[in-house]
Amino acid sequence: MGPALRLVAQRLALGLLLLLMVSVVIFAGTMILPGDVAQSILGQSATPEALANLREELGVNDPALTRYFEWLFGVFRGDLGTALTNNQDILTSIVGRMQNTLFLAFWAALISVPLAIFLGLLAVRYRNRWPDKLISAVTLTSISIPEFLIGYVLMYFIGVQLGWAPTVATVYDGMSLGEKLHAIALPVAVLTLVVLAHMMRMTRAAILNVMQSAYVETAELKGLTMFKIIWRHAFPNSIAPIVNVVMLNLAYLVVGVVVIEVVFTYPGMGQYLVDHVAKRDIPVVQACGLIFAAVYIGLNMVADIVSILSNPRLRHPK
Amino acid sequence: MSDPLVKVRNLKIGATVYPPGERPRDIEIVHGVDFDLAPGKVLGLIGESGAGKSTIGLATMAYGRGGVTITGGEVWVNGRDILKSGLRDVRNLRGGEVTYVSQSAAASFNPAKKIMEQVIEASVEHGKYSRSQAEERARALFAKLGLPDPDNIGNRYPHQVSGGQLQRCMTALALCPEPDLVVFDEPTTALDVTTQIDVLMAIKDAIRDTGVAALYITHDLAVVAQVSDEIMVLKMGDMVEHGQTDQIINAPREDYTKALVSVRSIEHEEKKPTPDPVLRVQDITARYSGTKFDVLHNVSVDLHPGQTLAVVGESGSGKSTLARVITGLLPPRAGNIDFAGRSLSPDLAGRTREDLRELQMIYQMADVAMNPRQTVGTIIGRPLEFYFGIRGSEKRKRIIELLDEIELGKEFMDRYPAELSGGQKQRVCIARSLAAKPKMIICDEVTSALDPLVADGILKLLLDLQKIEDVAYLFITHDLATVRAISDSIAVMYQGKVVRYGTKSEVLSPPFDDYTDLLLSSVPEMRLGWLEEVVAHRKMESAGN
Amino acid sequence: MIANTPVSALIGLFLMALYFLMAIFAPLIAPYGMAEVVGGVWEPASANHLLGTDNIGRDLLTRMIYGGRTTIFIATAATLVSFTTGSVLGFFAAVAGGWVDQVLSRFVDLIMSIPTLIFALVVLSVMPVTIPVLIVVMGLLDSTRVYRLARAVAVDIEVMDFVEAARLRGEKTRWIIFREILPNALSPLVAEMGLRFIFMVLFVSTLSFLGLGVQPPAADWGGIVKENKDGIVYGIGAALWPAVAIATLAISVNLVADWVLNRTTSLKGGRG
Repeated sequence: MGPALRLVAQRLALGLLLLLMVSVVIFAGTMILPGDVAQSILGQSATPEALANLREELGVNDPALTRYFEWLFGVFRGDLGTALTNNQDILTSIVGRMQNTLFLAFWAALISVPLAIFLGLLAVRYRNRWPDKLISAVTLTSISIPEFLIGYVLMYFIGVQLGWAPTVATVYDGMSLGEKLHAIALPVAVLTLVVLAHMMRMTRAAILNVMQSAYVETAELKGLTMFKIIWRHAFPNSIAPIVNVVMLNLAYLVVGVVVIEVVFTYPGMGQYLVDHVAKRDIPVVQACGLIFAAVYIGLNMVADIVSILSNPRLRHPK
Repeated sequence: MSDPLVKVRNLKIGATVYPPGERPRDIEIVHGVDFDLAPGKVLGLIGESGAGKSTIGLATMAYGRGGVTITGGEVWVNGRDILKSGLRDVRNLRGGEVTYVSQSAAASFNPAKKIMEQVIEASVEHGKYSRSQAEERARALFAKLGLPDPDNIGNRYPHQVSGGQLQRCMTALALCPEPDLVVFDEPTTALDVTTQIDVLMAIKDAIRDTGVAALYITHDLAVVAQVSDEIMVLKMGDMVEHGQTDQIINAPREDYTKALVSVRSIEHEEKKPTPDPVLRVQDITARYSGTKFDVLHNVSVDLHPGQTLAVVGESGSGKSTLARVITGLLPPRAGNIDFAGRSLSPDLAGRTREDLRELQMIYQMADVAMNPRQTVGTIIGRPLEFYFGIRGSEKRKRIIELLDEIELGKEFMDRYPAELSGGQKQRVCIARSLAAKPKMIICDEVTSALDPLVADGILKLLLDLQKIEDVAYLFITHDLATVRAISDSIAVMYQGKVVRYGTKSEVLSPPFDDYTDLLLSSVPEMRLGWLEEVVAHRKMESAGN
Repeated sequence: MIANTPVSALIGLFLMALYFLMAIFAPLIAPYGMAEVVGGVWEPASANHLLGTDNIGRDLLTRMIYGGRTTIFIATAATLVSFTTGSVLGFFAAVAGGWVDQVLSRFVDLIMSIPTLIFALVVLSVMPVTIPVLIVVMGLLDSTRVYRLARAVAVDIEVMDFVEAARLRGEKTRWIIFREILPNALSPLVAEMGLRFIFMVLFVSTLSFLGLGVQPPAADWGGIVKENKDGIVYGIGAALWPAVAIATLAISVNLVADWVLNRTTSLKGGRG
């Protein structure tokens, strides 16, 4: 087994270990905090019977370790538990919402990734000239406003004043793809704007780093055209950093989705999570938290694996 | 005489500098340089850092590195002024008519592509050869340059070959398109001294056999004397002297050139060993934690009071590790160290303040050896305060005395390290260690980051201070010329062992062991024909191959 | 001094000062009481109500001023928590090295592998949502980033020869941290402090918007959006004012942080 494969295997194992540890942290975060969980869920005015019932239901009377393993094995079997508020099976509620969330994130990524790389290249090409400065001014502004406010700004100007897109992103099963896309136009636009800024800045930095290397100078001194320098020498060495940038931003997108779904009342995982945090429905919060963290860890892991695989020193050992 | 290949007239080069917190401003770094280069001739460009030699070299390719721009003058190559040429013509020039060999081949090769692809790229691109012709030519060049397995080395990736080999591959890259001119920019500076000689010989043969003209840029006059027909001496962007190699080396006209030629001619009379060494290192074996191999094997050396022991070796010989062991930063696995008649604790934590005071250290990179946020006064004053409790006006008086000893004035007290030149920084570091009134100072490559003339000044200062303060030096270096200049005894290290040890006259007198012979013979000498003589008489392959 | 300062930094400093003064003197500046109903629902801007009124008829300018006070106070306090915890632990890990560093760093890796917002939501689902809890939760979660930076900066400085020289001189750990490392680590940390502050403003606004931050009737910028968001579909822009406030504050802090980072000399040299 080559050193690259060994490192990939190590990274996969590390990812799984991390996920396991994260499940511990999430479980501990919701269960072993100071104070009585049941009390804090029901509030000060709860009757003793109600408290006792809830404690029973939460299994607070069992030792924490037992409860953790019951929960964990449940997760392995695909049993995420039932929601406290409406006694529905969490997995059933999540599946449809997760599809919606992935649908939204997919379209946002599809637009923002190529656009960010293109703009990043543009900024490098016209470095320190007006296109570069304009792009960095716009990105500075857009990372200075929270996602939800960008959402309302777009909703106000594009949705309400211009009337180009619906202000509420309602999707349901019977809709055609075109109808769905029209419904999510605004949230996709907001998510694109939000990740675009970060991704573009990072892409610009990554490409600049490669363009300033000595081997690009060598290529220039060979009299190659700009296009060939970029295509043959800069690009192969930029893949890993760019993939890294993209993955990090997709991970960022996953979090942005939570807030944007609330803004546009989009029936996805994010809104589900936020609703149930407010209702203090702990099993739902645990399940959603674990899923979001898993996606986040997975994307970071893919980024690391790509950079291992694209490192010539590891692919072609001495 | 035929028309010159390259004709440079009144070349002016500017750069934009970005001082932190201030507006960027333009400065001129080359102030009007002229020269001609005939086809097939080699011109050496020599100067210290900041002389503008690399910048001039790259100007023959109409190229400015970083914020550098050519601001005036003419550069004629093959009968046209390339500064007035269009983009397409400049591209044909670069990589076709003029090619470039950089100091660091390791950084100049694309890590993601095979060597062969990169070597033939320019030839194919400019339509000089077909792909297969170019590959055949490249293999022939690999063989000519003495690379092992010339038929297959091109299929490797850059990180799969050694530094010396990669430097030769870069030379092949430059020669492959059959250019009229090759710009060699310090091509052997980053190599170990025994490797340098092989690469230098390979370059010299290749230049002669292909009949190409070359600009050979270096700071080392002894090196350039071996390969060039003419030499041009540069200083701070101005031409100082330009003449035939023989004239520059044997009959320099300008004072600056004379100084460069006579560098490293410090004479120092060897002192005899005493019965009581200040430092006695016995049977030291050491390895870094987490590794499986010893980097020092049974090393034993003595250093006598007020004398200098030079520890000489190439990279990886373990000489710097020995310094770490003596300072207590790396406790050895076996062996012991006696210092000033007492046994030293193997690790730093176990040493007394007196041990620390009497054993000081000076580093190679003076700019990172001083806290950039402390003034020179604070830096020199701290040991006075720390070891002797001297404060206030007495401390100030003592700091001024120390500044005087290192030939700097008291106005330096309030300066920050960033405001000093390289040589001044190293002087301050010397003053800091002297402030502790040590019995011994470890000097770790203290002159190797400095320009030759500055380095000479530092060595002279160290010798003078040794007389005044009666301090012993453990002098770690890879440079044999330095060793000759200042040592009383010498330890030659190779692969973690002391292979030869004794007084200077013993170590430097034959008969030699193979490694010492290789090392001694590899030090470039400032005379014509030295390179050929050495290569003809070698007994051992260089360590870098 | 002022003559050498770039215009962008001056603008940034001016706006930052303005916001902080407004936060401190909110009760003196605000034209009405914080929760006082003074007019109809969503009245347009007028001489009496410069920004109009909000969803239950309170003066919007007053709400914005008090909101800024709350938001800036929470963000400042959380930044301080994050900074103290993160930089002390980061420096300690770098200087101590060995297993202390390993344990701390792996723990921080673990916390950082969960997105901050998600982690905060998980924790806030069981904790009472009060301002002190918010400050502590936000501060501790964010201190992981400060830890990483402080440790990285300190490790970079740690390996420099001048630190080794201090060790060889026999200096104590305290001297090494405070006299050798800290002065050189200060400028990146100060610049980072600006960025962390912006992040805190965005973070607390987001939490309040989700209903998990500052609780009504107290005002804060995120809460004002939540209260007035229903007006958007009727073309009432009351909910957008916080966007202006947050963006100008964030940009001015950014400009100042950039300047701080640029004006200081890098370790490698350059004239001081």
